[in-house]
Amino acid sequence: MTAQENTLLKQSDENLALRGARVQIVDDEKTYTWPKKLDKDIKGIIAKYPSGRQASAVISLLKLAQKTFDGWLPVGAMNLVADTLDMPPVRVYEVASFYDMFFTQPVGKHVVRVCTNVSCMVRGCYKVLSEIEDELGVKAGETTSDGMVTVQEFECLGSCCEAPMMMIDDHYHGNLTPDKARDIVKRVKEGDVPTEASK
Amino acid sequence: MSVKQLHTLSVEDKIFKNLDGSDDWHIKGYEKRGGYKGLDKILKTAPKDIIEQLKASALRGRGGAGFPTGMKWSFMPPVEEKPNYLVVNADESEPGTCKDRDILLYDPHTLVEGIIIGCHSLGAKTCYVYVRGEYIDEADHLQKAIDEAYEAGFLGKNILKTKVDVDIHVHTGAGAYICGEETALLESLEGKKGQPRMKPPFPAGAGLYGCPTTINNVETVAQVPPILKKGVKWWTQFGRPNNHGTKIFSISGAVNKPCNVEAPMSIPLKTLIEEHAGGVIGGWDNLLAVIPGGSSTPMLSAIQADTILMDFDALREVGTGLGTAAVIVMNKETDILAVMTRISRFYKHESCGQCTPCREGVGWVWRMMERLSHGDGEIEELDQLFKVTKKVEGHTICAFADGAMWPVQGVLKHFRPLFEAEINKAKKKSKQNNTAKSA
Ligand code: FES
Repeated sequence: MTAQENTLLKQSDENLALRGARVQIVDDEKTYTWPKKLDKDIKGIIAKYPSGRQASAVISLLKLAQKTFDGWLPVGAMNLVADTLDMPPVRVYEVASFYDMFFTQPVGKHVVRVCTNVSCMVRGCYKVLSEIEDELGVKAGETTSDGMVTVQEFECLGSCCEAPMMMIDDHYHGNLTPDKARDIVKRVKEGDVPTEASK
Repeated sequence: MSVKQLHTLSVEDKIFKNLDGSDDWHIKGYEKRGGYKGLDKILKTAPKDIIEQLKASALRGRGGAGFPTGMKWSFMPPVEEKPNYLVVNADESEPGTCKDRDILLYDPHTLVEGIIIGCHSLGAKTCYVYVRGEYIDEADHLQKAIDEAYEAGFLGKNILKTKVDVDIHVHTGAGAYICGEETALLESLEGKKGQPRMKPPFPAGAGLYGCPTTINNVETVAQVPPILKKGVKWWTQFGRPNNHGTKIFSISGAVNKPCNVEAPMSIPLKTLIEEHAGGVIGGWDNLLAVIPGGSSTPMLSAIQADTILMDFDALREVGTGLGTAAVIVMNKETDILAVMTRISRFYKHESCGQCTPCREGVGWVWRMMERLSHGDGEIEELDQLFKVTKKVEGHTICAFADGAMWPVQGVLKHFRPLFEAEINKAKKKSKQNNTAKSA
């Protein structure tokens, strides 16, 4: 996606209060299959729910697909999930577009989510965000040109006592200062991603 | 008042003894702190007796609505062909709130023990814990705690030879505030978009998969075992009548030491901030306003904050609420109009889009807030904004829209002069520009 398209999407989002309304799904014309080694995991996830209620596993399988296939969900990957769970594909697209943690467009290898909600705002999150944007040379909602990092402005991460907060891939980092945030992100840019939370 | 005014809890009285994470969160640590002791005795108690005790304790839900837990549990029908379910709401997303996170991270067995007793009381054999998607490390701790409990024989079939069977499954979300609403949570758990359901039927009649279901917040469920073990008398010594017990307060924003702390209910807000959170940055006199119970609850002015008690009834009396007890402190350095506009944007982003007043209204209100907080508009528009919030409130399937409108009403009530000043300033500026141009 070009920077211009990105801004357009952002603008249309600004005026819509309908989750998923702006989401466009992308067909990269590839077919997707689960790697054999995930068989057991997939069975385990489905087994949590009563028989006939396997649709309950849709969020978990979409996450698994996103993790397995380059961090985002092309149509083929969503169809695979639909197939696995015996669901109409459109139901899967609906779910993928409703929840903030799914990407239906290509995305950076690592995702930095900066909380800009109330507690973080009172403690200076926008300074943290602009420091990060500056370090990466992109704005929130964009991906670095080398495809390494996507930055997102995110809603409350539920760790407000450690504000300002951000999440990098799977882990939380709290009590940020602009300097501290810059240091962490700089490492991420170079591929040195923190493997545990910090506060 | 005859009520003993306690401001701090002794370690013995704390339910979440490891909330600060200083001790071992695994089963060994929990058992050392007294956990799982006496569980077999409770599992041999008849469910209706347990529910009676909960009713006597006046425990009220800790997730926001404050509904009496004992009464909620009594709505569950006896098990017939369909199974009963317990669902735990760990979709903690109300801005300002981060208490359940610390329970999951540092004291997850308190929840596991609560679920075992909850399932027994509700006639449920299966419990789903819906953890918000971003809580990856947190869900991981919970899963490990569950695994440990299975290994120790506290979960599975015929627990401690009491013929009680309980299975717990962790289910994670994927980022949507609305899934904290109990029926949206059920939709999401069933594999759909998280859009709230019409009520009735209530979940106790037709909930998860159409079966009788009780949904409770993490903290509520975890508080049940100590109430039963230590007795109603112990519990009701804390807090005013109808507001009893201990409660975790998340204190964030402009304080010196933001923290989650378990304290007695009905604690004065000022004490809470000064004794537990290191005080307001710049001193108490530098306080501007306080959001008492998460972003949905209308703010308190500094004057109100001086004397208010932190419980359901005291806060309701002044037109706000205890909500999730997430105290967000704003001092005089805070740009309050910008913060409240940001809160409006949050609700716009999170509306599920199902009901028209909400889908259209939250966006409209946010755009008005954006404009008026920058002085771009007319003073009369402030009245119009207030009126619209009143029209959205109460006209939707769930309480989301109410929660989106209350903070706006709150800021208009307490800080209208700030909006007016911005508008006047902008007017003066444009007049000056015009004169400069015509000169
Ligand atoms: S407001 Fe940032 S984590 Fe809650």
